[in-house]
Amino acid sequence: MAKPIANTKDKPKNAAAAATITKTEPDYPLTTMAIVAPIVGWLIPGGGHFLLKRYGRGALLFISVVAMFLIGLGMQGRIYQPNGGDILDILGFVGDVGSGALYILARIMDWGDVMAANAAADYGKTFLIVAGLLNFIAAADAHHIALGKKP
Amino acid sequence: MTLALSHFSAAVVFALFASVVFGITQRNSTLEQVKYGLYCFALFVGGVFVAGWVMALIRR
Repeated sequence: MAKPIANTKDKPKNAAAAATITKTEPDYPLTTMAIVAPIVGWLIPGGGHFLLKRYGRGALLFISVVAMFLIGLGMQGRIYQPNGGDILDILGFVGDVGSGALYILARIMDWGDVMAANAAADYGKTFLIVAGLLNFIAAADAHHIALGKKP
Repeated sequence: MTLALSHFSAAVVFALFASVVFGITQRNSTLEQVKYGLYCFALFVGGVFVAGWVMALIRR
């Protein structure tokens, strides 16, 4: 009687299929903290890291973003408004709004509502936009830490 | 209050804070973060010098 020959070619395919079937849970499950931390981090620079008990990193991020924002205001930088109309104004607004509560505070207090046409004011505008963009990166970092992708 | 920073000092302050954020967010361990932050700072400031010299040579 002939013995049944095992089909060795099918083995890896079956193993891969089995792995796909059993792997129902994602590697990094989305938790409440993974949603809350970036939102807090956006509102308060470094706040997401503080929430995740990364106090040193949170403090450095807070100092960096707030200092850049305040220096930008001190240099008579302009704060963009949402109804700019021009595409560059909209992009400027997207950058500025990254500063979260700082942006909201600046709008409430009417800070940065200047149209100064000098080099320092231009640098100030750049400082304000980059502060917001850096804060977006910091908020994304808080999200990755909360997911467990980063220690 | 108006802050009067020269072009160079504004660029160095910008480089400092941007490098801190890049270092913290783009690397995992503390040592790697410090190294990457210093690397970014050196590139920022080095870029300022290179751009300055390029502009000076163009102007001549």
